[in-house]
Amino acid sequence: MATKAFQRTYTQLQAITKATVSLNAKGVSNDELATVGGKLAQVVKTKGDSVTLQVFSGTEGIPTNAEVSFQGAPPTLRVSDQLSGRFFNAYGKPIDGGAEIEGEEREIGGPSVNPYKRRQPSQLIPTGIAGIDLNNTLVSGQKIPFFADPDQPYNQVMADVALRADVDKIILGGMGLSNDDYLFFRHSFEAAGALDKIISFVNTTEEPPVERLLIPDMALTAAEYFAADKNEKVLVLLTDMTLYADALSIVSNRMDQIPSKDSMPGSLYSDLAKIYEKAVQLPTGGSITIIAVTTLNDGDITHAIPDNTGYITEGQLFLRADPDTGKVIVDPFRSLSRLKQLVQGKQTREDHSQVMNAGVRLYADAQNAKTKLENGFDLSDYDLRCLDYAKEYAIRLLSIDVNITVEQMLDTAWEIFAKYFSPAETGIKQALVDKYWKKN
Amino acid sequence: MSTTGKVTGIVSNLVTVAVDGPVAENELCYITLGGSRLLAEVIKVNGDKASVQVFESTRGLKNGDNVEFLGKMLEVTLGPGLLSGIYDGLQNNLTTMEGVFLKRGEYTKPLDHSVSWDYTPLAKAGDKVVAADWLGEVKEGWLPHKIMVPFSFEGEYTVKEMAPAGSYTIDKTIAVLTNAEGEDVPVTMTQKWPVKVAVKGYREKPRPSKIMETGVRVIDSFNPIAEGGTGFIPGPFGCGKTVLQHAIAKQGDADVIVMAACGERANEVVEIFTEFPELIDPHTGRHLMERTTIICNTSNMPVAAREASVYTAMTICEYYRAMGLKCLLLADSTSRWAQALREMSNRMEELPGQDAFPVDLSAIISNFYARAGMVVLNNGQTGAVTFIGTVSPAGGNLKEPVTESTKKAARCFYALEQTRADQKRYPAVNPIDSYSKYLEYPEIQEYLDTTIQKGWVDKVLKAKNIVRRGREMADQINILGDDGVPMSYHEAFWKSELVDFAFLQQDAFDKIDALCPIERQKYMLDCILDICDHSFEFENFEECRNFFKDLINTLRQMNYTEFQSPKFHEYEQQLKKQLS
Repeated sequence: MATKAFQRTYTQLQAITKATVSLNAKGVSNDELATVGGKLAQVVKTKGDSVTLQVFSGTEGIPTNAEVSFQGAPPTLRVSDQLSGRFFNAYGKPIDGGAEIEGEEREIGGPSVNPYKRRQPSQLIPTGIAGIDLNNTLVSGQKIPFFADPDQPYNQVMADVALRADVDKIILGGMGLSNDDYLFFRHSFEAAGALDKIISFVNTTEEPPVERLLIPDMALTAAEYFAADKNEKVLVLLTDMTLYADALSIVSNRMDQIPSKDSMPGSLYSDLAKIYEKAVQLPTGGSITIIAVTTLNDGDITHAIPDNTGYITEGQLFLRADPDTGKVIVDPFRSLSRLKQLVQGKQTREDHSQVMNAGVRLYADAQNAKTKLENGFDLSDYDLRCLDYAKEYAIRLLSIDVNITVEQMLDTAWEIFAKYFSPAETGIKQALVDKYWKKN
Repeated sequence: MSTTGKVTGIVSNLVTVAVDGPVAENELCYITLGGSRLLAEVIKVNGDKASVQVFESTRGLKNGDNVEFLGKMLEVTLGPGLLSGIYDGLQNNLTTMEGVFLKRGEYTKPLDHSVSWDYTPLAKAGDKVVAADWLGEVKEGWLPHKIMVPFSFEGEYTVKEMAPAGSYTIDKTIAVLTNAEGEDVPVTMTQKWPVKVAVKGYREKPRPSKIMETGVRVIDSFNPIAEGGTGFIPGPFGCGKTVLQHAIAKQGDADVIVMAACGERANEVVEIFTEFPELIDPHTGRHLMERTTIICNTSNMPVAAREASVYTAMTICEYYRAMGLKCLLLADSTSRWAQALREMSNRMEELPGQDAFPVDLSAIISNFYARAGMVVLNNGQTGAVTFIGTVSPAGGNLKEPVTESTKKAARCFYALEQTRADQKRYPAVNPIDSYSKYLEYPEIQEYLDTTIQKGWVDKVLKAKNIVRRGREMADQINILGDDGVPMSYHEAFWKSELVDFAFLQQDAFDKIDALCPIERQKYMLDCILDICDHSFEFENFEECRNFFKDLINTLRQMNYTEFQSPKFHEYEQQLKKQLS
């Protein structure tokens, strides 16, 4: 960090927009931090002597003669074991009343891992939720978002997942969290007595939206410290990435950039990839797993934000309300974990993938039967059994309030299969049927 | 004295430089930042201001920083040792880099200069040679790797001296050539070539006349790709683009495979690193990695190098093609490359085209696809570069600029479909919308007539028609209900399901089903068409459904069983019984 003596100070702004200011200054480096009238800002553009700064907390009240002083370095975070159990704002400053962190100062948003040095993810992350563990198994080093409408309880599910996962550190990156949700996370972490392994970086809706842009990099810099330096298993929770992308579009708009689809900046894919690709299994044993939330507009996954996200992440977990049972379920059709085959049947029981496929296929048959019913056609005996099966399957396995082991999930599935179907109707390999079929 | 300059403006990775001398479009330069040098490429010049795109993060760069121009374009190094290489988009060797994290400004040599190769001369003193003529040969694994007259040599040369057979490193001068002016030029085992320029040095580029087998039925039979042909695979996320591409990479009948992971997930590349060294090439019985080069510029690596990566990959393919080899280039995905162009065009404040892509996107894409092709070399031998790119259309909507531009350039179209993927009908290639223009080529038709059987194309078209008709019937049944349509509708629908389940669908994760040689494809298609030619009598639609479901089950079991094995014949007998 440059000392006071080297700081260069200017007092004449040339232009001000809602998110940026421009002025004439010399010797300014790209991405460097500065304060504008006491507010933190970052250099985003230089052209000749003209420098454009993005002011994180907005430019309200900044006069043209505001004092601008450059700090000579990009945003940093102090990293050390003292981070554990603490709550920070988007600038990495404590918001829990505790002391400042002492430790090594690291630039945030650093370089990526050499792909050749990565290892293939191979450790199961159990969550107790069958809609995830049974149908869309998570693997350490994976990156996966929840796709959910804003009325779905995604933050609760994420807190459950985090507290049940067998990891060394949980890092929460909250972007545009409502104050209630922030307190919810804080209380659930405290109640679980897990506070000492949790680190939170939080930007609430009460704070300016552009500040959010710092949150993922702060959270992931802390994650890299624990994963790469300490060889720990780190789980990073990012909620809500849709609000992050909205903040990106605000800045690009203020900089007069030409928007692409859905008024998002043309670089949205790269911007999101830079964050999600920090998920990694390192050769030294440490790992970073990212679980994010992308809120949808009425289930529309073709919008630029979920669409670009889907191309980057290794699957998605789709939450929806099931009107037949009144439960919130992990939709088995639209959810996908691309890495599940790396652990299914390897770290779980041999029948895992066959049971999973049979369960989803029969659930699909039930959907067809439902369509027939709605269109006024007669239902066959098989159709009726499918409908009954679907209800029980949704309540006992798909619902997010389930909390059982993978073994119990498999046993439950076999039990429900036997209740409604013959072995042949499930289409499961004979050898597995012989071994696991529940005879009444 | 080379041109130098000073940085005058920075927006993300677009940097403006005031220059003191001549600069060329696409010329490279180094920007000095502290102790490291960042590579950048000129993309626009206006007066004494050059706009350069930096292949690294520009964090910390200042106006006034020094720039040194190199007087050359982005080049790749070509020579023995490229195979099994793992490179970034600028051909830095990723395996020799230190540390777990990529370091800015760290550039590594693409080839190993210490290893010795067993060299045999092919030319002799006194021979007249031109660019791309073969001078000698080394064994790269099992491949005869030709040492050629560098592609950049213009006019005719006379061989003055040739090194005798022996074991040499790549830097050894293996020949001295004399040009028309009487100057002597030494030639080593390596040469450099600018990636954005197509490699010529062949006699002609005829129309493709052979198909390239991939072992994937919906490609080889329904929509075959020619050796030296072009194709593309568009599809929304989660439809199996990558699985299909990996299947082609594993099974494609080619001597050399170059995979360009362009702006995609790093874990997918890790899958290749982890699996390919273990897997066996079905055509040669050697390890897959021995014929594979990976150019890897994943989505979190610098955007500008993403654009370079596809060109680097193509140039390596063209190099091996000039040795008379069959090369296959797979690029995943060209949409990310187009997005890299868009980001740059946006920063340069150019007037945008559709969806903010640069207006010349279409021209850039077709130029690139045009570099594929079969060629006849100067010595009469042939070589080929087959190119298959994936496209990731925004929102799965195929009416977007990258898909539309690619459709104009590529001759095969493999449309991956969300509904098929949702139904787990993999590969999710839509059998109706997808096409291969090569089926219309008389050369290809003749080839198929002689290598598979007379009238093969008609058979394929007939099978396609069955599927198309089945879709229409399915719509009718959905509207009118099972009982509301004549029995013939059900029969036609189930015949199409038979083609779909027993032929189009294929299990990429099953050892036997994953790879289906053309002979076996012919057998299965004949078998299925025989059934479809037959008309059946059914009492009711349930009977019809159950009858075909049983047939499908038997045919699928055949697909899972080793061809012509006793078990296979058992299923064959079972099928006969079911039909009688």
